[in-house]
Amino acid sequence: MEDIKVDKKLNIKGLHCPYTFVKSKLAVEDMEIGEVIEILLDSEEASRNIPKSMEDHGQRVLKVEKMNDTDWIIQVRKDKE
Amino acid sequence: MEFTEDQLQRYSRHIILPEVGGKGQKKILRAKVLIIGAGGLGCPVGYYLTAAGVGTLGIIDNDTVELSNLQRQIAHNTQRIGVPKVESAKATFEALNPDVKVIGIRERMTKDNIMDFMRDYDIVVDGSDNFPTRYLVNDACVLLKKPLVSGAILKFEGQVTTIMPGEGHCYRCLFEEMPPAGLVPSCQEAGVIGAIPGVVGSLQAIEVFKLILGKGDVLKNTLLIYDALKTTFRRVRVPKNPDCPVCGEHPTITELQDYDADYCRI
Repeated sequence: MEDIKVDKKLNIKGLHCPYTFVKSKLAVEDMEIGEVIEILLDSEEASRNIPKSMEDHGQRVLKVEKMNDTDWIIQVRKDKE
Repeated sequence: MEFTEDQLQRYSRHIILPEVGGKGQKKILRAKVLIIGAGGLGCPVGYYLTAAGVGTLGIIDNDTVELSNLQRQIAHNTQRIGVPKVESAKATFEALNPDVKVIGIRERMTKDNIMDFMRDYDIVVDGSDNFPTRYLVNDACVLLKKPLVSGAILKFEGQVTTIMPGEGHCYRCLFEEMPPAGLVPSCQEAGVIGAIPGVVGSLQAIEVFKLILGKGDVLKNTLLIYDALKTTFRRVRVPKNPDCPVCGEHPTITELQDYDADYCRI
């Protein structure tokens, strides 16, 4: 399996919608095109909404993975300014 | 600059919009907008610009709050009757959002002072209630090349247009000269339904946001007419007039004039 190079990590555990997406979006805005962010979160709702919103905004979702009972990891590549 | 946690919450519904985002919200926080008039239109325009976090908001008005204003001028209230309108609006807007620097200017605008008031601002919003001011503001914006979002209301009708000097029409391309004094009814004579300035002022605020963000199409070369009784919006095309006395190819107005020398103020 190919390892994805992660350029930035963001921990938004404890946050709820829409701040989960607000924080994620702001982090992506500060990245260069092609860079990858890994987001750690513990909101089930956000684990569904963030990937959808990121794709709506033109970004590429590389991975959504449930890590354990509470946490998810989402990897997003910036494809669009 | 980085957002504070409070700002993330306050502006979250802007930040999550693709057309705004953090970058757009920062543009809003840096913008400087001047509102002419703290009346029917100036109140809702100022309210929404303040709520959105426009960095600097200037408001010019020389009147005091009267009981008859309160049917439509939503930044004022019963306790503030007799208080200068700019002072009342400033108190309302500062209570809404401490991010915004509100500058109240209690002056009557003239050809001698208007340029100085406008110079430091990015965008001008006209919410004035009389023709001399409307023409003075138009000509000053054309001469200073400042975008102008103009609004007008009467009875059950409202109009909005956005003047982009050098790019589109100006107010004089639409109506070259002021109508003769006494021919035009004022709000005081003809009345206005209280929510009309809310509709028109909100449309003006949206025009301002699009100008700040550089997104969407503003009402350039276009007059939008709202008819509340019929519930219709009509777009009328207004071409730039090459013979316009102020923005045309050979302008005859190259400096500001005395606009209300023989015009009774309505």
